[in-house]
Amino acid sequence: MEELTNLFHGFAVALQPFNIGVMLLGIVLGVLIGVLPGLGGANGVAILLPLTFSMSPTSAIIMLSCIYWGALFGGAITSVLFNIPGEPWSVATTFDGHPMAQQGRAGEALTAAFTSSFVGALFAVIMITLIAPLVAAFALRFGPAEQFSVYFLAFCSFVGMSKEPPFKTIAAMFIGFALAAVGLDQVTGQLRLTFGTETLLTGFDFLIAVIGLFGIGEILLSIEEGLKFRGGKAGINPKVVWQTWKELPRYWMTSLRSCLIGCWMGISPAGATPASFMSYGIAKRVSKTGKNFGRGEIEGVVAPETAAHAAGTSALLPMLSLGVPGSPTAAVLLGGLLIWGLQPGPLLFVEQKEFVWGLIASMYLGNIVGLLVVLTCVPLFAAILRIPFSIIAPIILVVCAVGAYTVHNSTFDIMLMLVFGVIGYILKKCDYPLAPMVLAIVLGDRAEENFRQSLLASQGSLSIFWSNGLVASIMLLGLLALFWPLISNFVEQLRARRATT
Amino acid sequence: MSESTSRGSRAGPSHRAVEKSVAVGMGVFASIVIFGSISAGIGWGAEGPRAGFFPFYVGLAILIASVVNFIHAYAESGEGRFADWHQLRQVAAVVVPTAVYVSVIPWIGIYVSSVLLIGFFMKRLGDYSWHLIAAIALGVPLVMFFVFEKWFLVPLPKGPLEAWLGY
Repeated sequence: MEELTNLFHGFAVALQPFNIGVMLLGIVLGVLIGVLPGLGGANGVAILLPLTFSMSPTSAIIMLSCIYWGALFGGAITSVLFNIPGEPWSVATTFDGHPMAQQGRAGEALTAAFTSSFVGALFAVIMITLIAPLVAAFALRFGPAEQFSVYFLAFCSFVGMSKEPPFKTIAAMFIGFALAAVGLDQVTGQLRLTFGTETLLTGFDFLIAVIGLFGIGEILLSIEEGLKFRGGKAGINPKVVWQTWKELPRYWMTSLRSCLIGCWMGISPAGATPASFMSYGIAKRVSKTGKNFGRGEIEGVVAPETAAHAAGTSALLPMLSLGVPGSPTAAVLLGGLLIWGLQPGPLLFVEQKEFVWGLIASMYLGNIVGLLVVLTCVPLFAAILRIPFSIIAPIILVVCAVGAYTVHNSTFDIMLMLVFGVIGYILKKCDYPLAPMVLAIVLGDRAEENFRQSLLASQGSLSIFWSNGLVASIMLLGLLALFWPLISNFVEQLRARRATT
Repeated sequence: MSESTSRGSRAGPSHRAVEKSVAVGMGVFASIVIFGSISAGIGWGAEGPRAGFFPFYVGLAILIASVVNFIHAYAESGEGRFADWHQLRQVAAVVVPTAVYVSVIPWIGIYVSSVLLIGFFMKRLGDYSWHLIAAIALGVPLVMFFVFEKWFLVPLPKGPLEAWLGY
């Protein structure tokens, strides 16, 4: 029951007036970020990260994680009302959410979306509360080889599970590693890949990359598609909310299933987007009204939203307990921990109890606050969406530039941001996934350090990664994840052959 | 391909060509990484693997992946478009002013250049009245000034105008 005491202590931290203030601020900013095109969870957190340098780490993480929850909530608003997914994980929400809005049931769809998001997040937070300390305690025994094998597993599952072609994922990921390697080598203190230029001495900062790739790149994509907002009215009143709430318990099975899918996909770094699609697909197949999906079925809103939020939240579990983020936004948060001088990983639970449990408690509170804020303020956020793109776009560009500058107070970074933006636009259009690239930039140095330390211990022999049961089984899992598409393909072929004979 | 389709509104660079150039670009990047790693030393030094050891294999992996991607792009049908010219003009209409914006920030500061960027965008893409343009183009940097310089005490790049005003 030590965890429970810790959690209550965490609530005491999270309930300090200042922390409640930053929580509210974070949620509102987050919803705004989720609603606006070009700003999303990852780059929104990246832009605001420098502003938290002067806060205590606990308040800072509460604010930034609340931005994340807010962004998760906000994505649903644009999907339902405007058929424009504000975030990739809300794409599946448009399938049934927008038809509902067209039938004049926007309030119902939004209530269902927000409530499901809340349920998904709550499920994931409870899971984090229960499991994270255990995982962390277990991971305390990890040496460099085990730590590397965990990174290996994370990156392999990216290759195996992403819907993009595997070699594109590999290319994107290793470019991230290469960018992370530029500058001072942490082990030998030698310079590398700087080619004699002074600006590359400090290497590429992942925050600049995130702001460019996700922020600027997204704006370029939006302008190419010729954004026009034509949306339904956002009418939410207590009566609609109440009626929808009465109806929702009927979908408890869908909800539970989506929670489980979301948690699973969130912990493995596949992330919220595939989780929402998978959950929608399964709900469609299983549901009695499955053939009505796509025409405004409330269950089709519940399934993806629950899974997306459960995945988005549980992505923080591996970040806190293992130091491996499960999503790009979690990766940015992890980068924040490093900047605030905290070592992400199992030791956090031992050395920074107040921080960890303050964060976990703020997840509970933040999601409740988030639900209240979005239910009451939908018309306001929808009004912001009606501001024409030609006004919003330059303001977002300016915000991104300011965010990029404040990371290191360097104007060179602003130029770098634009370069990353153009690269992000081209890569996105060519089906290169950006999430593994960002994760590799953040984790590159740590993965490399662990890899080299392991090799040092073994005098350069790769056999250290098979030297004991633990590290060998994690590596094996990694290889399984890496070759999963091939394996499942092979199994299917076998089955097909057996069916024909 | 007939004349009329290539001259129509759907014309633009083919998806395949862009895919191929991206793969080539990544290959060049990989070669730079490999070259840089070799010059940093990829062998085994006194303190274990040398600085270029890890990036060397990273570069190698990018090179292999980009070769595979290039072959895939080669096999792709040439029908698909990356984007049509109209769309690319729209994108350029954002990229070019932004490029000018980021390159003048070191000289005239972020506030003045933001006024110009927002004003330019609103006039060019939206054609709003000058009153509205002035309100937003001046308002946003003013808010920025108070949020960053006053409340969060984060200094942003400033130019001659701010110096003249005493900041």
